Amino acid sequence: MAGSAGMLRAVSRGTNTGRLGKSVCSSSSRKAGRRQLSSTAPRQADITLTVDGKEVTVPQGSALIQACEAAGANIPRFCYHDRLAIAGNCRMCLVEVERSPKPVASCAMPAMPGSKVWTNTPLVHEAREGVMEFLLANHPLDCPICDQGGECDLQDQSMRYGSDRTRFHEITGKRAVENKDLGPLVKTSMNRCIQCTRCVRFANEVAGVEELGTTGRGNDLQIGMYVEKTMDSEMSGNIVDLCPVGALTSKPYAFHARPWELKNTESVDVMDAVGSNIRVDSRGVQVMRIQPRTNDDVNEEWISDKTRYAYDGLKFQRLTTPLLKQGDRFVPASWEEALQAVADGLAASGAKGDEIQAVAGHLADTETLVAMKDFVNRLGSDNLALDQAGGTAPPVHGVDVRSNYLFNSTIPGVEEADVILLVGTNPRHEAAVLNSRIRKSWLHTGLEVGLIGERADTAYGYDYLGDGAKALADFVAGKGAFAEKFKAAKKPMIIVGSALAEQADGAAAFNALAKFVEKNKETLVTDEWNGFSVLQRIASRPAAYEVGFVPSKKASTTKPKFVYLLNADEVDPKSIPRDAFVVYQGHHGDLGASLADVVLPAAAYTEKSTTWINTEGRSQLGRAAVPPPGASREDWKIIRAISEATGSPLPYDDVLALRDRMWELSPSLVRYDARERTSSPIALAGLRALEARTRGAAVSGRAFVRPIANFYMTDPISRASVTMAQCTRAFVKGEEYGFSGSREQPEAAFA
Amino acid sequence: MLALRRSIALRSIARRGLSSSSVKRSDALFVHRDTKYNNPSIPFEFSKENLTKAEEIIAHYPPQYRKAAVIPLLDLGQRQNKGWTSISVMNYVAKLLGMPPMRVYEVATFYTMFNREPIGDNFVQVCTTTPCMLRGSTEILDTVCSHLGDIKPGETTKDGKFTVIEVECQGACSNAPMMVVNDDFYEDLTAASTKKVLDAFAQGQKPKPGPQSGRHTSENSAGLTALTSKPYGPGEFCTPEFQ
Repeated sequence: MAGSAGMLRAVSRGTNTGRLGKSVCSSSSRKAGRRQLSSTAPRQADITLTVDGKEVTVPQGSALIQACEAAGANIPRFCYHDRLAIAGNCRMCLVEVERSPKPVASCAMPAMPGSKVWTNTPLVHEAREGVMEFLLANHPLDCPICDQGGECDLQDQSMRYGSDRTRFHEITGKRAVENKDLGPLVKTSMNRCIQCTRCVRFANEVAGVEELGTTGRGNDLQIGMYVEKTMDSEMSGNIVDLCPVGALTSKPYAFHARPWELKNTESVDVMDAVGSNIRVDSRGVQVMRIQPRTNDDVNEEWISDKTRYAYDGLKFQRLTTPLLKQGDRFVPASWEEALQAVADGLAASGAKGDEIQAVAGHLADTETLVAMKDFVNRLGSDNLALDQAGGTAPPVHGVDVRSNYLFNSTIPGVEEADVILLVGTNPRHEAAVLNSRIRKSWLHTGLEVGLIGERADTAYGYDYLGDGAKALADFVAGKGAFAEKFKAAKKPMIIVGSALAEQADGAAAFNALAKFVEKNKETLVTDEWNGFSVLQRIASRPAAYEVGFVPSKKASTTKPKFVYLLNADEVDPKSIPRDAFVVYQGHHGDLGASLADVVLPAAAYTEKSTTWINTEGRSQLGRAAVPPPGASREDWKIIRAISEATGSPLPYDDVLALRDRMWELSPSLVRYDARERTSSPIALAGLRALEARTRGAAVSGRAFVRPIANFYMTDPISRASVTMAQCTRAFVKGEEYGFSGSREQPEAAFA
Repeated sequence: MLALRRSIALRSIARRGLSSSSVKRSDALFVHRDTKYNNPSIPFEFSKENLTKAEEIIAHYPPQYRKAAVIPLLDLGQRQNKGWTSISVMNYVAKLLGMPPMRVYEVATFYTMFNREPIGDNFVQVCTTTPCMLRGSTEILDTVCSHLGDIKPGETTKDGKFTVIEVECQGACSNAPMMVVNDDFYEDLTAASTKKVLDAFAQGQKPKPGPQSGRHTSENSAGLTALTSKPYGPGEFCTPEFQ
C-alpha cells in the first residue's frame, strides 16, 4: 500500500511520454495538478553526466535509468516502465553512483548534473545478482509450461544475473498465491508474480480501473482486487504485455504458440478509426495473436481489447468460395461463374445511372473504395452510400473540406487541450486508446471535460451538460459553468462523435457547432491549433470521405435496382428494394452476405496490404500477415475483375497503378504515416460552408444516442469472435462472473 | 531423546515451535470472501457521534486530501463495529472519503491492527518479540492460551469473550513481558498476574493497566540506585540575586 501510494504520487517523466511532459509544464503554473498529489516539476535545461565514462546530456528531471539508456548502457528492470509512474520496487536497475555508499535504483533516482555513474562494475553485478536471487526464491520453476517463456524479462535477465543453483531450502516451499479471475481475457498465475505493480499502475493511471491494487504486505503482498471481481476495462489486455513475467498471460492465446514460432507482421488495426499500430503474429496461415506496436502519435503502446482479441473472429464464419443464391440457398460457384453472375445480374436488373448503388461498410479499405467509386462512376452512377444510419444521403458535414470530418487536433493534441467538450460520443467505446489519452491528461493536468449526449462511464470525471440539442444550444449561448470554463480556456477542444451526423438533430447540432467555432476562432481555430475535431469510429469512414465516397443529392433519392454491398453488414435489410440485384463482397458470412444474390469472398485486414486512413486523416499501410482463406481474393482485385466482366474495365492492373490513381485523388492518401493539417483559413471556410448547408435545420429535441451499445461487437470480425462473445457475456451482460461490491457509482466519480 | 523431551516438559515450552500462531495461508489473509457475517450487503454507517468525530478528523486535512483520513476513520469504524473492520466498514469509509474502495482495502490489509475477521469481546495481544521473549513471554503466551481454555494464538474462546494473538514489539520493552488487552498495556507480567488480569476481564471488570509488578512505570524495580537525594528546588544553590 505504501508503495502504491508513493507511486501514484510520482508522475512518470519520460523523454518519450508523448507531449504530456510539455503540457504539464504549461499547465502547472496555471493550476497545479488538481488530481495529483504533486505535479511534475517543470522541465528545465539539459544536464550532463557521465555514464560508464561516456558523457551524456539529458533533460533535467530525467530518471537516471533514462540517462543510462541514452548512454547506450542496458539496464535490467522489472517495475520501471517509461509510460507509467515510477514505483522503484523491483531493485533490479541498481547502478553505482560516485560518492554514493550503496548501489542506487536508477529508475527512482533523478539524473544529477556532473554525477559519475557505472552500470557494469562488480558491485553492480553483485547487487543485481542478489536481487535476482531474492526474486527467484519465490518464483516457480515452471518456464516449460509458462506462456511467457521466450519473451519473459525474468527469464532473459536470469540468464545474465541468475545463479545456476539455489540456496533456497525452505521446507515449507515457495510462496503460494491464489490465482485471480480477471475475466475471459487475462489469465493469471499469481505464483509467478514478482510484485512489480506495473499492472496496478497501468490499471489505475491508463485504463481507469481503480479496483486493481495490492493487498497485504511484505512477503504476502499480492496483486488483486481484494473482492472477487473481473477487470472490466476495454484496455485490460495491455497488462499482459506489461507483465514482465508470466503472471498475467493471454487467456485466448494460452498454450497456443511460442514466440519464436511466430512470424511478425507490422500492420494497422481496423476495429476502430484510431488506426492503432499493431503487430500481427502468425504461424502458417493462422493469426495467433495481435500485439501493439509503439507509435507515439497514435496509440503510444496500448491497444484496446477488441483490437487485441478479436482475431479469432478471422477463423469463423469466413466466406471462402463465391456463392450464388439459388432459390433459398447458396451454392458454391467458381469465380468465373460468380463474376458472370454479377455481370448478368447487373444487365438483367436494368439498372441505369444512379440506380446502381454501392454501399461501403466498416472494413472496406481505401484501395477498394477508390476502385469501387471509379467502377460505379464508370457505370454512370453517383449512388455511393455508406453503411450507417442515413448513409444513403450525403453526409451532414459534407466532404469538400476535410477538416469538417477529421480529428483536426490530432490524437497527441488531446494532451494539449485544457478543456474538452464531448458531443454525442463516448470515446471509451469509439476510440478506447484515445480515451486513455484524455484520462492521462485529466489525471495529470487540470483538464476539464464536458459531455453532451448519453451519459457514459468514461474513466474520467466530466460535467454533464445534457442529452441533446437543448444542452448544446445552452452551451453555445454561453450558459452554465462549463461554458464559462470553455470560454476561458487557452486550447479548448470539441470532440464531435461521428454518430452525431446520423442523429435526428445532427444537422442542427453541426450548424450550432460550426457557428460557435467560427465565433470563437481565436481560440478554436488558429494557426497552431484546431480544436474542432470529429471522432470517427469506423475504420473505413475517413477514407470514404477522403475519396468522396458519398452520394450526390440526386442519387440519394433514387431507388436502386442493383446494390453492391462492399463489406456492408450493418445495412437495414428493409432499405434494400425487394427486386434489386444484390452483390455482397466481404470476408464474413454476416448480415450483408445473407441478403445477397451473389457473394464474393474477400480478404480480411490481416490478409491484404492496403491503406487505412485513421480519424486524423493519417494514412497508414496495413500489411498482409497470412494468405486469404480458400478462394477469397483481395478486395480491389475483385472489383477490377468485375469491371472487366461488365465490360468497363478499370485502368489499373496492379496495386501500384491503383495507388497512383489514389495520389491523383488526394496525395495525402499515399503519404504514409504523415498527417496533413488543414490551414486555418480553409478550415474556417469549411465551417462556413457547413453552416450554410445546414442552415435552418429542424430541431426535434431528441437525445443524442450512443452508436455503440456493445463495445466488444461492432463489426463482422468481432461478431464472429468467440473471445468477444465471452467478453460480451462477462462485461456487458455481467453474467457468470460473481461480483461482491456495490456498484452504484462509476469508478470515475472518484479519483 | 527421552531426556530432551523431559527437559522440554520441565521448561513447559512443549507447544512452542518457531512460531506458534496457526498457519494462515496468504489467501485467507488478503482476499475477501463473502461470508454470512462479512459481506457488502450488511449495512454499516457511523453512529451520529462517530460521524461528528469523523468530520472533525477529515477537517484536519486539506479538502483535496480527504483520503488522508482513511486510517483514523477505519479505526473509528473498527471500534464501532465490535473491534473488527468488515468489508462494509471499508466500503463505507471509501464512500465517505470519495476514494476507490480498493485504496481502502489496500490500507486495511497492509496494517495488521485492522482485524478483518470478527474478534472476541476482549482482544488479547501478547508480545513475543525478542525483549519480551527474553523476559519470558513464551510462558505468558502459554498461560494465556491455556487459561482461556486451551486455544491457540489467533483463535477466539468458545464463549466469544477473548481472542488471543501474538504480536510484534509494542514498544514497552522496559516492562517486558507485556500484553495488550483491548487498548491497554499490561506489563511486567508473570503467569500469576496474567491469570489475574484475564480473570478480571472475564468478569467484566477492567484491571488497572500498566505494570502488574507494583512498579509505577519503568523505574528500577529494586528502587533507585542514583538520584536518591532530594531534588533541588527552584533557586537552590543559586547566587543570591536569583534566589
